[in-house]
Amino acid sequence: MATSASRARRFAAGLAAAGLTLSGLAAAGLPAATAATDDAGSGDDAEPTSLTIAVAQEVDSLSPFIAVRLITTNMHRWMYDFLTNYDPETGETIPALAESWDTSDDGLTWTYHIREDATWTDGEPVTAEDVAWTFTTMMTDPAAAEANGNFVENFASVTATDEYTVEIVLDEPQVTMLALDVPILPEHIWSQVSDFGAFNNDTDFPIVGSGPFILTDYQPNVSITLEANPDYWRGAPKFDQLILRYIDDPDAQVEALRSGEVDFVFGLTPAQYEALQNEEDITVNAAQGKRFQAITLNPGARLQDGTPFGDGHPALQDPVVREALVHTIDRDAIYEVAYGGLGEANGGYIPSRYDTYHWEPSEDEEIGFDIDAANRLLDEAGYAPGGDGIRVGPDGRPLSFRFNVHGDNPQYVQAAEMMAEWAREAGIELVVEPVSEVGSLLDEGTYDILTTGWNVNPDPNYVLSINLCSGLPTELGGPYLSDAYYCNEEYDRLYAEQLSELDVDARAEIVKEMQRVLYEDNIFVVWGYADALEAYRSDVIAEMTPQPDPGGNYYGQDGYWSWWSAVPVGEEDDTAGGSGSDDGDDSGSNTGLIVGIAAAAVVVLALVLLLLRRRGTTADDRE
Amino acid sequence: MADSALPTAPVPQLAQSVRDRSGVRRRFRYYGEKLGGSLVSLFAVILTSFFLFRIIPGDPVRTMTHGRPVSIEQQEQLRREFGLDRPLAEQFWSYLTGVLRLDFGDSFQFNRPVTELIGDRLWPTVLLVGTSVLVSAALGLWLGVRCAWNHGSLGDRVNTGVALTLWSVPSFWLGLILIVIFASELGWFPTSGMESTGVEGWERIPDLAHHMVLPLVTLVAVVYAQYLMIMRSSLLDEMGSDYIVTARAKGLRDVIVRRRHAVPNALLPTVTLIFVNLGFVVFGAVLVETIFSWPGLGQLFYSGLSVPDLPLVQGLFILFSAAVILMNLIADLLYPVLDPRVRP
Repeated sequence: MATSASRARRFAAGLAAAGLTLSGLAAAGLPAATAATDDAGSGDDAEPTSLTIAVAQEVDSLSPFIAVRLITTNMHRWMYDFLTNYDPETGETIPALAESWDTSDDGLTWTYHIREDATWTDGEPVTAEDVAWTFTTMMTDPAAAEANGNFVENFASVTATDEYTVEIVLDEPQVTMLALDVPILPEHIWSQVSDFGAFNNDTDFPIVGSGPFILTDYQPNVSITLEANPDYWRGAPKFDQLILRYIDDPDAQVEALRSGEVDFVFGLTPAQYEALQNEEDITVNAAQGKRFQAITLNPGARLQDGTPFGDGHPALQDPVVREALVHTIDRDAIYEVAYGGLGEANGGYIPSRYDTYHWEPSEDEEIGFDIDAANRLLDEAGYAPGGDGIRVGPDGRPLSFRFNVHGDNPQYVQAAEMMAEWAREAGIELVVEPVSEVGSLLDEGTYDILTTGWNVNPDPNYVLSINLCSGLPTELGGPYLSDAYYCNEEYDRLYAEQLSELDVDARAEIVKEMQRVLYEDNIFVVWGYADALEAYRSDVIAEMTPQPDPGGNYYGQDGYWSWWSAVPVGEEDDTAGGSGSDDGDDSGSNTGLIVGIAAAAVVVLALVLLLLRRRGTTADDRE
Repeated sequence: MADSALPTAPVPQLAQSVRDRSGVRRRFRYYGEKLGGSLVSLFAVILTSFFLFRIIPGDPVRTMTHGRPVSIEQQEQLRREFGLDRPLAEQFWSYLTGVLRLDFGDSFQFNRPVTELIGDRLWPTVLLVGTSVLVSAALGLWLGVRCAWNHGSLGDRVNTGVALTLWSVPSFWLGLILIVIFASELGWFPTSGMESTGVEGWERIPDLAHHMVLPLVTLVAVVYAQYLMIMRSSLLDEMGSDYIVTARAKGLRDVIVRRRHAVPNALLPTVTLIFVNLGFVVFGAVLVETIFSWPGLGQLFYSGLSVPDLPLVQGLFILFSAAVILMNLIADLLYPVLDPRVRP
């Protein structure tokens, strides 16, 4: 008894001692560490300038052959050059590794001329062989096609005809040949990899690339460090380092921005955006959205062979009911209330930032907010109001629809609640039910209405392709692309037509027509485009190029413009004409780009005239 | 009410032990039963882990490729890569045989073996959560003794009040409040992470301690009430005992009565509690690690759940459960050593 008591006491004493020592250590560490960071902060000018971005998504792999997550595909844009890039101002395809390109008359052979001044970061030149090797590997090894295989599905062969010329032969004409968003890899390093499915490209640092930034360090879930490539052919970035720092919680990200631990945050909620709006030394950016928000109405889930499945409400198969339901949606109110005015109400499928392909209904075509029209349509179609004010169909089933909403998206939930109220006025009941994910409901076709949203790339081909009849599953539980079980032969025909239309304007007309067809079917109902909300420390970053310029976003660009062009505070004078006036800044960042653009002579002339005039005015101001 | 929710000491099956041959057999059976029970639990965990996470809605391939253009062929290739195209029974069999070889497969989202990922994340979690268990136990037990000895006093009421209030606070909320006040407004501590970039050598230790303060305070604040309350109530029980009256009657000083007589006996129930909590050490604190971006197992689990990254969450689930089972077993085996009254 006595021994066990003393043992227990010793145990307790040891425990207490250990605890106190450790807490003491933690407390003692505090002043020392603060001092250390202070020292670092007040360093001299030789300190490298760095731009830190708060991120949360995990890195799946650093290998461009298998990386499928947004964070990694974004980084690959900064690390590796692609054949082509997108102009930040116009969104049009501009040269990158390929300086120029030609097409054969039948559109089946594409010849790319590779620039001769591009080098890998280990000093080797970038050649046509590298390009041919990258594409050929994706065509022959399924493991290498995991991430970007969709680009080469239609390729017959890719060959380097000389050191700086690549020839791609296609099976069918394909319009996306100027939107091959595939990182080109150094053959002299990658040809030594035996298994592309297992190779993560994270064993040797710095990673040899050809882009404006070099990945030098990767600490999983802590940070990723990229350094400026001083030899980049378009010019070296002005920040010495680009650091991605892992902060999982969105609110903690905002606090880290306020405390200055990170310099850039993206994906803000409207509430966070408003809170940061009046902060000192912080600039907020509400960019035109790349993404549309929408609902899909279940038109009867079915397989490609027409076999129906799921338990979608039969009334939604009636186009009149769908049209009436769409008449009850006040898109303006959704963006005004749920998104705090930070977004654009618009029924077009391709967001308005892509003005080449964007379509929106004319006044005659518009199925706008009109409850009376909804009631009239339903009355005429024989959906009479039942006892509780809910209309009943000819089959006796009330118009009561399940509305499953992404529960982690407060804006969706709020908009859904608003929609339920409007629908009620037309005698339709929407039972709003937030869910953790809608994918399994879509898989099984067990839904009536779902929320959805897609990021749209500069080339609209993919986002158009998800609505093809061939996007439906071939067997229950099999893979599919569809987001709405949409299938319309006219839409399919137009899709095939635009795919081989190499003239941009003619193609745009077809793409617009496709959007009109989609709009009229009322299955994929777009609300509009929420702004992409970002914020950065204006005491660290003096300026950056958005995309589109102006009015666009910095993070998640199709290109590397923002980080490549970002100017550290204190180094503004190094850039041409950057003496404070906005006009001067614009001309400064644009001249660098325009040099590389083989634009039409008229445009260049007009810009030169414009620049001269602006230079003149700023010079006058200075004197 | 709080007390009833806490784990209690195993009920002694035999109050007195007679040291004879049947006693040896009984003891052997006691240990055998405990060990066997643990193994059965572990096996049940391994079985459920496979099916549990397959019930979670969500398609790993869709989540992983979210927002990116992928063709049906690419989706099928990923499915093959993940082994999700095979029949469920076959997947289960390869899972089962893998687990027995301590091979949990490759994580979908990191494309690396799960055991390797767990190895990377184990130490940050053990450091943070282990320290928090020790600190909260020390703090809670110490305050619990004070409170019980002076029960009913103002100090007792304030201490129990504060402890219980903090206990009912959600940890992620408290963490965020601490970040707002001490990291962002006052700038005393970093908002998140475990290390600063570019700190080398011995300087990493103060840097680590600096990063650890806020998550540690959060973890301690929300749990120390457990120790305080159980220590307080068990000491209050002891204080009415005859041997305490005897000790006082002998004329021992108050401090001696408390330290030598009352506290050692009152400590016993807290042993179970400490071991149960040590079992949860590897589980980390999912929410606190996530709020503070502490690169530990809890954060790993959270990131795995949102995919769902099946091999990863299965492996972690087994690890977490095994730790709790093991620590409970140790508590069961240790208890008779500490308390002769429950010796089998």
